[in-house]
Amino acid sequence: MSILLSDISKNFGTFAALNHINLEVPEGELVALLGPSGCGKTTLLRIIAGLEHTDKGRVLINGQDKTDQTVSQRGIGFVFQHYALFRHMTVFENVAFGLRVKPRRDRPSNEDISKKVHSLLELVQLDWLHNRYPDQLSGGQRQRIALARALAVEPSVLLLDEPFGALDASVRKDLRQWLRNLHHELHVTSIFVTHDQEEAMEVASQVVVLNHGRIEQQGSPSDIYDHPANAFVSKFIGQTNIFDLDEHDNEWLQTAGLLQPSQQGKIAHVRPHDIIIEKTDNHHTAPATLKDWQHLGALIRIELVKNESNGSDAPVFAEMPNEQFKQLELSKGDKVKLKIRQAHWFH
Amino acid sequence: MNTITQPLNKDKVVTQQRALQDPTWVRWGLTAIAISFISLFICVPLGLVIFQAFSKGLQAYWSALSNADTLSAIRLTLLVAIITVPLNTLFGIIAAWAITRFEFKGKSFLTTLIDIPFSVSPVISGFIFVLLFGAEGWFGNWLVEHDIKIIFAAPGIILATLFITFPFVARQLIPLMQEMGNQEEEAALSLGAGGWKMFFSVTLPNIKWALLYGVLLCNARAMGEFGAVSVVSGHIRGMTNTLPLHVEVSYNDYDVVSAFASASILAALAIVTLILKTTLEWKQANR
Amino acid sequence: MSRKSVMPGFGPTIGFTLLYLGLVVLIPLSTLVFESFKLSWDDYVHIITSKRVLSSFRVSFIAALIAASVASVFGFITAWVLVRYSFFGKNIFHALIDLPFALPTAVAGIVLATIFQPSGFLGKLLSDLFGLQVAFKPLGIVIALIFISIPFVVRTVEPVLLEFETSMEEAGSSLGATRLQIFTKIIFPNIFPALLTGFALSFARGVGEYGSVIFIAGNIPYVSEIVPLLIVIKLEQYDIEGATAIALTMLVISFVLLFLINLLQLWVRKRSGQL
Repeated sequence: MSILLSDISKNFGTFAALNHINLEVPEGELVALLGPSGCGKTTLLRIIAGLEHTDKGRVLINGQDKTDQTVSQRGIGFVFQHYALFRHMTVFENVAFGLRVKPRRDRPSNEDISKKVHSLLELVQLDWLHNRYPDQLSGGQRQRIALARALAVEPSVLLLDEPFGALDASVRKDLRQWLRNLHHELHVTSIFVTHDQEEAMEVASQVVVLNHGRIEQQGSPSDIYDHPANAFVSKFIGQTNIFDLDEHDNEWLQTAGLLQPSQQGKIAHVRPHDIIIEKTDNHHTAPATLKDWQHLGALIRIELVKNESNGSDAPVFAEMPNEQFKQLELSKGDKVKLKIRQAHWFH
Repeated sequence: MNTITQPLNKDKVVTQQRALQDPTWVRWGLTAIAISFISLFICVPLGLVIFQAFSKGLQAYWSALSNADTLSAIRLTLLVAIITVPLNTLFGIIAAWAITRFEFKGKSFLTTLIDIPFSVSPVISGFIFVLLFGAEGWFGNWLVEHDIKIIFAAPGIILATLFITFPFVARQLIPLMQEMGNQEEEAALSLGAGGWKMFFSVTLPNIKWALLYGVLLCNARAMGEFGAVSVVSGHIRGMTNTLPLHVEVSYNDYDVVSAFASASILAALAIVTLILKTTLEWKQANR
Repeated sequence: MSRKSVMPGFGPTIGFTLLYLGLVVLIPLSTLVFESFKLSWDDYVHIITSKRVLSSFRVSFIAALIAASVASVFGFITAWVLVRYSFFGKNIFHALIDLPFALPTAVAGIVLATIFQPSGFLGKLLSDLFGLQVAFKPLGIVIALIFISIPFVVRTVEPVLLEFETSMEEAGSSLGATRLQIFTKIIFPNIFPALLTGFALSFARGVGEYGSVIFIAGNIPYVSEIVPLLIVIKLEQYDIEGATAIALTMLVISFVLLFLINLLQLWVRKRSGQL
């Protein structure tokens, strides 16, 4: 179901955690709330859940105003950062909890509860663990049980707080894929919080970038990557080289083929893969020296130093596929020519 | 003052690496000092209670215990505990909930206020109730007019004990619930549980060992309190003597067997308390 | 008053907490303060500076100070041994540390008096060997207060020793420090705030202690009469004014100690990185 937030503000003492947030999440989307720590993303998620009260603004789920409803009444599913599994209950009882606490008239029979719990445990592929206690599970298993528990009450929306935050890197990769697939299967409107841009891009269908309690940009992962709305988003999403015209980078940029488009800004952000390295002199190339490189798997990251005295002396990073790098047969100290394919301009 | 010991997590006991081990003579020396010190101050006194109680034989021990005054002291001691322990337990749970689950101004001050009875001399704890309810006290005349006896009677003993044992349960629960955080409770709410349901199915199971621990210590103190109770009781034999007071009265009458017979019951209570306490610490560490 | 929280029950629980605290603790305690208003300043000074009262304060404070110091030294060693070494019967030993908390003070009192009286097991030994009399002397008070101080020191120091990062010791020894240097320069400074807290807790408890002391002290005015006993004596003589003045002084001292101990505990928590 759709979620609509209108003009949400929240202060903790004098600290403004959220500042006039307006956000619409269409039905069936998988949305990432992305931002650095302290940006207010978790607070926003907790406000949608009803775990935190707003100072101002309304929360609408499927068109119904839920602002004044308690968390128990909202019918949301919440997956906590450290899972918050009930440690004195078995996996089965954890998942059954939401069904057992329903008022008597809505409560399914024991048989139905058992059926439902087992089907959910099968969905998360952990039915064989139903008799275990939370402290006998691995992090990834706890995560999936927490998800099954939240899904048991058939929530209108699913909210996940840093769902992969406490997991090992390898488990994290698997679970990301798994969560995406699960979402495809269930189509329940979901929002998750993360500080990891790679995770947001990989899992979400929509990304909302937050900073200092404000929404910086909302869009599909490719939108956000290809058309960052401002310098913060551009820097936060992926690596970027920054050239500041106030530091006299303009001459060098022009030689590298990037003419300053008028009125667009003074600061150019150039993605590493938009820097092309050539060995031979060509039209619109700028000289540089290759300083070092690192293997990133399929890609090679190359660290370069500009050969001209004007402009800032910060290193320039370029990236290219492994194969291409091999063909160029470069070694440290080589003089090369750079060409910039495109840049994003900001004030 | 915090007279309560936090249960220790036995899993954390450091296994010493070889490189960091103290020289053997240091280890043996310190261990010998510690064992002698504790033996002298703890084991010897404990042994003596048992020795003295049975010094005139089992017969004398038994007759000292079945004496009417002793029995009435046991009854009064139990009565005091049955009233004060549940009240202070209820308070402890409620206060711990208010303090650990909400943010409000003056919270740390309130926590300090709860500790006050620990820092007040037991004699003063009894004395303030004499000031309130004694013959010369604030409500003295009114109580005499209505023929209600508080001081030199059971109600005074109960009130003084209530004061003395006030912080025990709260002091156990507050640090634990603080550390636990409220995520499991939030999870229960998010799954649709109401307040009571959340409390009984999530909060209570998580704090039960610490709660029992607090109740245990509260009970030990309620049954064993001497100073405060001594001031308000009036030492009327067969009427207002609790077991600890009976120990004193018998001892001052040079009735050593009777004194130590009563003392042995209290010592047994202390030992049972220690055994249960150790068990609970273990349970809580392995929660 | 509170930041709105989703947890239920703030109003009723804080209400009950304050009401119960007021009825059971604050109102009774405040009577002592109000009662003391009946005294003029001169009366108060007269009572407190009488020779018997001053002597009792001296006895209580010196005995509590010595007992807390002795208990701190041996309690520290005991905690160290319990945390760092293993030996046969350690678990029972560990559980027995809390006996002074669990054993009613009256029982402790008659037991210690019996052991240390001139005909008693240790009393006879000490007087035969060193000509030392413990019971019915100020030294008896110190013995009783050491007994009740033990768990305060051990149980305050023990958790800090347990939490202590052995990697700091490893770092010290990798930098060439000797075992003794590691102890004095690394371990002890980290344990010290906890030890001081244990000392302060013992001292505070010792000054107010009654039950375990009165049987062994002999209670000779000016010599081995402690402050709490003097309050009881004044009360038995229907000298409410005298009892009030002494009790109020004790109460103020307790509060000052409570405040200092809170500061100490804050320091301990800061040291161990819990804040």
